[in-house]
Amino acid sequence: MANHAEAISLKQWVRRELFFGQSFGVYLKSLITPFNIVAAVILCVGLPIAFIRFTQGLEATTNLSNDAPWGLWIGFDVLCGVALAAGGFVLASAVHLFGLKDYRPLVRPAILTGFLGYFFVVVGLCFDLGRPWRLPYPMLVSYGVTSVMFLVGWHVALYLTVQFLEFCPAVFEWLHWNKLRKWVAWITIGATVFGVILSTLHQSALGALFLLAPGKVHPLWYSPYIPVLFFTSAVAAGMSMVIFESMLSHRIFKSRTGDHDPAQLDRVLLGLGKGASIVLLTYFGLKWIALAHGQHWNLLLTKYGLWWLVEVFGFVLLPCLLYARAVRIQSVTLVRVASVVTVLGICLNRLNVSLITFRWDQSNRYFPHWMEIAVTITIVTVGLLTFRWIVNRMPVLSDHADYQIEDH
Amino acid sequence: MTVNRRDFLKLAGAAGIAGAAQASSARAAPTNRVSDDWMGMLTDLTLCEGCRKCEWACRGANGLTHDQPIDDYDDKSVFEQRRRPDAENFTVVNRFASERPGENPTNVKIQCMHCFEPACASACLVAAFRKTPEGPVLYDESVCIGCRYCMMACPFGMPAYTYDDPFSPAVKKCTMCFERISKEGGMPACAEICPLEAITFGKRSDLLALARSKIESEPDKYIDHIYGEKEAGGTCWMYVAGKPFGDLGFRTDVGTTPYPELTKGFLSAVPLVLTVWPALLMGAYAFTKHREQLAHAEDEQAANSTTTSEEGIHG
Ligand code: SF4
Ligand code: SF4
Repeated sequence: MANHAEAISLKQWVRRELFFGQSFGVYLKSLITPFNIVAAVILCVGLPIAFIRFTQGLEATTNLSNDAPWGLWIGFDVLCGVALAAGGFVLASAVHLFGLKDYRPLVRPAILTGFLGYFFVVVGLCFDLGRPWRLPYPMLVSYGVTSVMFLVGWHVALYLTVQFLEFCPAVFEWLHWNKLRKWVAWITIGATVFGVILSTLHQSALGALFLLAPGKVHPLWYSPYIPVLFFTSAVAAGMSMVIFESMLSHRIFKSRTGDHDPAQLDRVLLGLGKGASIVLLTYFGLKWIALAHGQHWNLLLTKYGLWWLVEVFGFVLLPCLLYARAVRIQSVTLVRVASVVTVLGICLNRLNVSLITFRWDQSNRYFPHWMEIAVTITIVTVGLLTFRWIVNRMPVLSDHADYQIEDH
Repeated sequence: MTVNRRDFLKLAGAAGIAGAAQASSARAAPTNRVSDDWMGMLTDLTLCEGCRKCEWACRGANGLTHDQPIDDYDDKSVFEQRRRPDAENFTVVNRFASERPGENPTNVKIQCMHCFEPACASACLVAAFRKTPEGPVLYDESVCIGCRYCMMACPFGMPAYTYDDPFSPAVKKCTMCFERISKEGGMPACAEICPLEAITFGKRSDLLALARSKIESEPDKYIDHIYGEKEAGGTCWMYVAGKPFGDLGFRTDVGTTPYPELTKGFLSAVPLVLTVWPALLMGAYAFTKHREQLAHAEDEQAANSTTTSEEGIHG
């Protein structure tokens, strides 16, 4: 097959693929939209703060202390980020391993979100680490093999690679690198299996990190089951993110979604909703098993107990029932509502474990500095911008016109 | 820090899927639970009067900011607030007033407890902490990436961090004056300066015997509890006191299990996932594939006999 890219000059290619066929000036003008203006304002605040963080240190930009060594950047950027990025492995395994080919159109966006999610988790981590330039140390210099954190570090690094490989076909299609594309498509199955293993381990490992903090994490949230709880809830979060995102991306990127049959998409979303409701029900059950195991019934009537009940009923059972109802009445809108509640609920859980109930015994508690919040918002914004940039160019939401779908 | 051969072999295993080696080496923390060789400290809280000379000496011995003359440490107003060790103070003394009027307050010096099986060491992903054969738990700044998981993990909340240092922030904590005690006859600075000899330095086994004999000979003065004998699996630094430790700011919920045990169950499940998962997943894949082939064959048969066209989703 003749290579497209060679047939046109680089300049033409740049113009067609990067600026949608417009001249640079026109392209720039087209960038002035309300969303972009908000994003620009956020960057104008966030980037100088990033500069302060890396030149003045953590003290100048955070409310971290010796009693609260982890703050928003770990609690939200890392813990929530990883959980919400679980959609990639959930969908890849559904399609590639369990043959649920109906979900195929959602795989690429899910993998892209997964990849970008993890990538920006690492970016967030770099803000938080005292010496981010030593990030590769656990891989290259010194090995703390007794540490759950070591496991997390390795797995996130490997998984990022796997997700990159899984997304490569889209990049290569865009660039028309056909040989390479064939080659990476061939390793998809291996990458998927490897990715599922890595995900299982590090999603639960993030929970296992807190096993070393009994008494600091409130007993209602501390449990030997915490790795299982984190894993199960991450699966629910991942599925919900895929649903949530399909709503956003298909609305925003309508021009790129190709000719997917909308009825088919609805069917797929309802199917996902059914799966998510089952996972949430399991998670709901596990929450109570963990509670029973710790025998903390008496704590339920305390202030934290009520908060725990809010989380478990309002953000686990409620979305579970919403999903079930949505499937019964075949309402895609309700599935989407349920996905939003689930995503919020899982974030709430991660924040409860790492920040809100952490050191509940102390009076002088951590609350994020406004600059920490600003950095988090900036990272999310840059993540969204990157996602949009890629989706607008590469075959993510639809299949590339030149490529037939090959089933594995 | 150099990589020794054992570590390298562990890594070779780990590099495969990063984790295979973990469970097998999860016992890297010292398991010789009570080593007679370990040195330790015994603080007698009934003797301490809160002169804070130990704080002064500690700063000097550890090269911390040391510009205040020792007399300044007589200032009792610091006791109004409860303090914790930080990057400039590896040890601090807090004062706990007695409920009974007229009774003396209790002064409590706190610092790293130098655990038998340190949570900080098991938490660190670059193995920056090391339990020395002498007893002190030491930290190596040269490999630390600054994740502060050690601080999350320490049952006693002792490590501090130099958050104000943008380019070389580090964890700070008591070293039991490792340098000094490595020398013949050396004593930790706090024990050496204590005018009331409230802190005793020595072999941990001897200190334990000393603590027991104190409690036995004066049961009215001491409560029957040696803090650190069993806490969090046992620590090299121990305390005796005249009041329950819970009233003196000590954590009483740390249990007697060494903290590294808490993650061992999880780490030992890792190889299981690594071996069982691929098999299950590939099995699922093979099954799916097989089913598809069957369906495909049937489709073809059907297509041959009749001319049905089915709208494929991914056609
Ligand atoms: S008291 Fe904390 S810092 Fe000291 S050895 Fe034990 S776990 Fe480590
Ligand atoms: S902050 Fe440093 S010493 Fe502490 S766990 Fe992280 S890398 Fe290890």
